[in-house]
Amino acid sequence: MSTDNKPIVDPHTGTQTTGHVWDDIQELNTPLPRWWVWLFYATIVWSVGYWIVYPTWPLISSYTGGVFEWRSRNAIVEDLAALKARRGDNMAKLAAATPEQIIANPEMLAFARAVAKPVFAENCAPCHGAGGAGAKGYPNLNDDDWLWGGKLADIQQTILHGARSTDDKGHQGSMPAFGRDNMLKKEEIAAVADYARSLSGLPVEAGANLAAGQKLFADNCAACHGDDGKGNRELGAPNLTDKIWLYGSDKATIVEGITNGRGGVMPAWQERLDDVTVKALTVYVHTFGGGEK
Amino acid sequence: MAQNISSGKRITLGEGGTALVFAVFALFCLVVAANAHTAAYAFHAIIFSAAGVGAVFLIFSNYARRGDALPALTIGGKPNYNYGPVKFTAIAAMIWGVAGFLVGVIAALQLAFPVINFDLPWISFGRLRPLHTSAVIFAFGGNVLIATAFYVVQRTSRARLAGYLSPWFVVLGYNLFIVIAGTGYLLGITQSKEYAEPEWYADLWLTVVWVAFLLVYLATLMRRTEPHIYVANWFYLAFIITIAVLHLGNNAAIPVSVFSPKSYIVWSGVQDAMVQWWYGHNAVGFFLTAGFLGIMYYFVPKRADRPVYSYRLSIIHFWALIFLYIWAGPHHLHYTALPDWAQTLGMTFSVMLWMPSWGGMINGLMTLSGAWDKLRTDPVLRMMVVSIAFYGMSTFEGPMMSIKSVNALSHYTDWTIGHVHSGALGWVAFVSFGALYCVIPWVYNRKGLYSLKLVNWHFWIATLGIVLYITAMWVSGILQGLMWRAYTSLGFLEYSFIETVEAMHPFYVIRALGGVLFLLGSLIMAWNIYKTITATEAASPAGEAALAPAE
Amino acid sequence: MSIWQKHAIFEKNSIILSLGIVVVIAIGGLVEIAPLFYLKNTIEKVSGMRAYTPLELAGRNIYVREGCYNCHSQMVRPLRDEVERYGHYSLAAESMYDHPFQWGSKRTGPDLARVGGKYSDDWHRDHLNRPQAVVPGSVMPAYPWLARTDLDYAHIGDDMKVQALLGVPYSAEMIASAAADIKAQATPDDPGAADLAKRYPKVNARDFDTNPARITEADALIAYLQVIGTMVDFKLYDDKANVR
Ligand code: HEC
Ligand code: HEC
Ligand code: HEC
Ligand code: HEM
Ligand code: HEM
Ligand SMILES: [Ca+2]
Ligand SMILES: [Ca+2]
Ligand SMILES: [Cu+2]
Repeated sequence: MSTDNKPIVDPHTGTQTTGHVWDDIQELNTPLPRWWVWLFYATIVWSVGYWIVYPTWPLISSYTGGVFEWRSRNAIVEDLAALKARRGDNMAKLAAATPEQIIANPEMLAFARAVAKPVFAENCAPCHGAGGAGAKGYPNLNDDDWLWGGKLADIQQTILHGARSTDDKGHQGSMPAFGRDNMLKKEEIAAVADYARSLSGLPVEAGANLAAGQKLFADNCAACHGDDGKGNRELGAPNLTDKIWLYGSDKATIVEGITNGRGGVMPAWQERLDDVTVKALTVYVHTFGGGEK
Repeated sequence: MAQNISSGKRITLGEGGTALVFAVFALFCLVVAANAHTAAYAFHAIIFSAAGVGAVFLIFSNYARRGDALPALTIGGKPNYNYGPVKFTAIAAMIWGVAGFLVGVIAALQLAFPVINFDLPWISFGRLRPLHTSAVIFAFGGNVLIATAFYVVQRTSRARLAGYLSPWFVVLGYNLFIVIAGTGYLLGITQSKEYAEPEWYADLWLTVVWVAFLLVYLATLMRRTEPHIYVANWFYLAFIITIAVLHLGNNAAIPVSVFSPKSYIVWSGVQDAMVQWWYGHNAVGFFLTAGFLGIMYYFVPKRADRPVYSYRLSIIHFWALIFLYIWAGPHHLHYTALPDWAQTLGMTFSVMLWMPSWGGMINGLMTLSGAWDKLRTDPVLRMMVVSIAFYGMSTFEGPMMSIKSVNALSHYTDWTIGHVHSGALGWVAFVSFGALYCVIPWVYNRKGLYSLKLVNWHFWIATLGIVLYITAMWVSGILQGLMWRAYTSLGFLEYSFIETVEAMHPFYVIRALGGVLFLLGSLIMAWNIYKTITATEAASPAGEAALAPAE
Repeated sequence: MSIWQKHAIFEKNSIILSLGIVVVIAIGGLVEIAPLFYLKNTIEKVSGMRAYTPLELAGRNIYVREGCYNCHSQMVRPLRDEVERYGHYSLAAESMYDHPFQWGSKRTGPDLARVGGKYSDDWHRDHLNRPQAVVPGSVMPAYPWLARTDLDYAHIGDDMKVQALLGVPYSAEMIASAAADIKAQATPDDPGAADLAKRYPKVNARDFDTNPARITEADALIAYLQVIGTMVDFKLYDDKANVR
């Protein structure tokens, strides 16, 4: 076994080595850099100070609470209160007003839109699109075609309780699955689909039996979509005579809908959003352009 | 057994016993494969079984080739160093490194252009990201750590590596673990614990391998002919021991069945979160920091041919570092459902961790005093010095990000990713490159590297890549954090989440570009290493100093 | 050099060095982790938390398998923008049956801690199938294989047995009826629905992937997504009593 070597003085730095050598590596015996030691002390002192002020050390049945008694769960309550204060009494005014009053008052309307915009972008846009233009299965909120009604009260009802949602007060009733449930045969479905297209003036395939389709429609569909196919807002049955299609106007899509049924779900927002926010959203959607008086 | 009485060659108990254990293991794995609940698990069982058969084959073919006696510990009074496992892991590190960076580049591209997920389950981002992190940390970093630990512990102990088969069991077993872990991610086998994703059976296997690693390492230290244990070995030892403890704590799980790849972690909810980040933070502290500090403490003074700056600093910063690191885990859980008291501990201990971390940086950088001029001529040394600077930077950034008000902004954002990669690319990867550039010519007994010029290219291309990567992530992270919390003058949220996603796009492209450069650098390195190994002695270019260590 | 020489004891003996390391690294972990198991206020008092149904559990396993946690957190912090964006901050109680937890560490996508009930099943089906079809700027990968792949729940009862062992309140009855409960939850008008609802209060039972003929991985994953963050009854929850 080798032993410790004698410390030597390193010619470059003038510092002594420790005398240990491993594979030709030596160590200088440089003292700890003072600035390093002082910064280290400073972080320790700062930490001890922090422990005194904030909750830190776990004990047997609780923990040291700190002299400020600060807690993140109290801080958030205060933050939200401060936010409320920053929004001023505009929020209180909004809460007190009806949607009609808000629309009538440009200042309140602007504020309501400011409330609704981020909420719409975060919660509604994933389905209805960033500008409310909708997508297949998700209605366009900009046009004046409404499944469940375009008056302020209708819109508010839809937002609060949804359609075919888990909320009992939501709109119910959906398009039956005529094919899957064996109510109509394949040829019958094709015929009634052609007839449905003809209602809005779309061209139908050569050889389509519109008369049979019309008969089938009267027997099976008119109950909801109306004898004239103009729809029924009580049931959410769309108007089939306009050129606005929720799912698409090509025959395959229509056949699929008649075969398997339709029943798009609009979630209920009552539990997630507070009443004022829903009111603001109602106004916001109404003023997209399609709102009804 | 084939016995040759005249020569006295005998199969040892170690050889025979190990072969027997592996034969039984291979059979057992076949039974598991036959009854496996899922095809993916059956595939893994077959890999294990094949590995068992392979091990038996290797043991006997090695027996046939070896001399009558096991290799001597010393030859002519000098230690008979065992470089085989070092060579294997050094090359494995190089290969895994390139693979891991490539997967990182793909992941980066997927975030910029989601079509690159190709609708394929096994390469979708959620499965590729853990493949990337494990490939770079455990496959690349882990092999570098094993290679250098086995090299350094022998050289600084002046003793041959302990064990005859066991070092090979460690290096092959570890790389088998990597294969199981990596293919598992692609097949959807994961525990979802970050940096500990492999399932219970891979975890068990790693436990066995790791204990063997610890024993080989300790036994070699005990054989040392130097009176003192060199500081690099303190760090390696702390790394090996602590990773063992962390691994056991964070992977405590009950499998659904021996025939199922699925297990459930025994901890749940808030306790599981705390255990996870006790593990996760210290995977950083002991795998990505302590282990690589071990590398720094050997290769920097060696390459610079200068004494370590301060023995006293190494003592204080070593003990302070390993003590304080353990406490810092809760800084990954600021403002979560973890109680406030634990968050305070995590934050304050992270701040106190700053100086012990910088102690390492000082000791590394100041070792250069008297040799700064070498940075101009030796790009390998330059790489290592830059890595120490990055280490200093990320260990300043880390304590800053641990402060709750800063973390409220940075958490969940790309800022964390920027921080990670300044540590990972700048520190971990660069110091690894430096060490590999040193150790490969040494263990292959080459005069030097094939080309220092290529090292220079590697250095500059990779540095540019790092700069692009981390600046893009800082900007995008801070932008993202600010957008999430931005309020309009009336007091309402200004941006929707998807607007922030769209705002990240340009930075994701820049980051991917940075990644491509970094990958390119590593390919240059792989070529250089390949040429170094395959070169004959005379092929090394003139002008390069002989860097083989003196005996 | 006197005091520094004392360190030689660690430098000269690898076992003492190892023991020193073990002692030094044990302290912080013990002080931070052990109290979380014994301090009563760690987990809030809430009503409504129940174990996942077998279908939700299977869905959660798919969430883990696909690595959704790599992009989505499930942890709303008590910060005002998060509370406004996502809803009530997350409680420790909400993940007390989560083995492992899924709080996440990166938000490439939005937090999912309150996603349950936010969208319709159809939306989730469309979104998982091709996120960009419903959210054009999304960078989320598509998961079209989920709706194509039948759910493998042959062993889900064994999974529940392990969870029961770990403290999740699964009764023997729940474990025995695991497969039946999966069918009951994913099939409209299944006769087992009433029993299912008795075992798992307020359960969502319906066909989740608009493919009533099959129980697919999409059924399971959507059932899980729809239950996240909906169990605790916040009408009965006392914020002030649970400040810690
Ligand atoms: C999960 C997708 C989804 C989300 C999110 C969503 N909706 Fe809807 N919404 C629908 C669907 C589907 C319908 C149509 C229901 C039907 O087919 O009868 C609808 C219908 C409506 C209607 C009635 C349209 C009409 O023609 O009568 C209004 C108004 C509306 N949504 C507003 C909103 C608002 C405001 C939000 C956000 C707070 C929102 N929606 C969020 C899916 C969604
Ligand atoms: C019980 C009421 C009911 C009956 C009967 C009914 N429908 Fe419907 N139909 C609806 C409802 C409600 C919707 C809208 C579903 C939704 O919003 O998701 C709808 C939607 C449609 C659509 C899609 C409209 C679009 O804009 O894309 C078509 C086409 C249609 N029905 C045709 C028919 C035909 C043809 C029949 C008869 C064979 C029929 N419906 C019978 C209620 C009914
Ligand atoms: C590459 C990152 C990434 C991965 C992986 C990922 N997502 Fe997403 N996710 C996003 C982004 C970005 C959004 C926001 C845009 C959008 O709605 O598509 C999102 C949105 C969502 C949403 C809507 C949340 C809301 O409140 O609007 C749900 C639900 C969701 N993801 C579920 C999942 C599930 C389940 C998985 C795994 C099977 C998954 N995600 C994997 C990035 C990802
Ligand atoms: C070519 C080089 C690399 C590229 C392009 C790259 C790219 C990436 C990407 C895209 C992510 C995911 C980020 C996100 O989810 O937003 C990531 C994560 C990560 N990478 Fe890399 N990477 C590279 C090299 C490395 C190296 C060398 C290491 C470690 C030694 C590393 C360690 C990690 C870690 C730990 C994470 C996870 C971070 C977290 O969870 O916060 N990477 N990388
Ligand atoms: C004093 C030293 C350090 C401290 C105090 C520190 C602190 C932090 C903090 C606060 C975070 C963010 C946690 C979050 O908000 O989610 C973080 C993340 C991370 N840091 Fe450090 N850091 C340090 C050094 C390093 C080094 C040297 C590396 C080397 C690679 C590193 C790797 C990482 C990784 C991989 C993550 C991401 C973890 C994840 O979320 O997956 N850190 N660190
Ligand atoms: Ca694991
Ligand atoms: Ca189904
Ligand atoms: Cu950390």
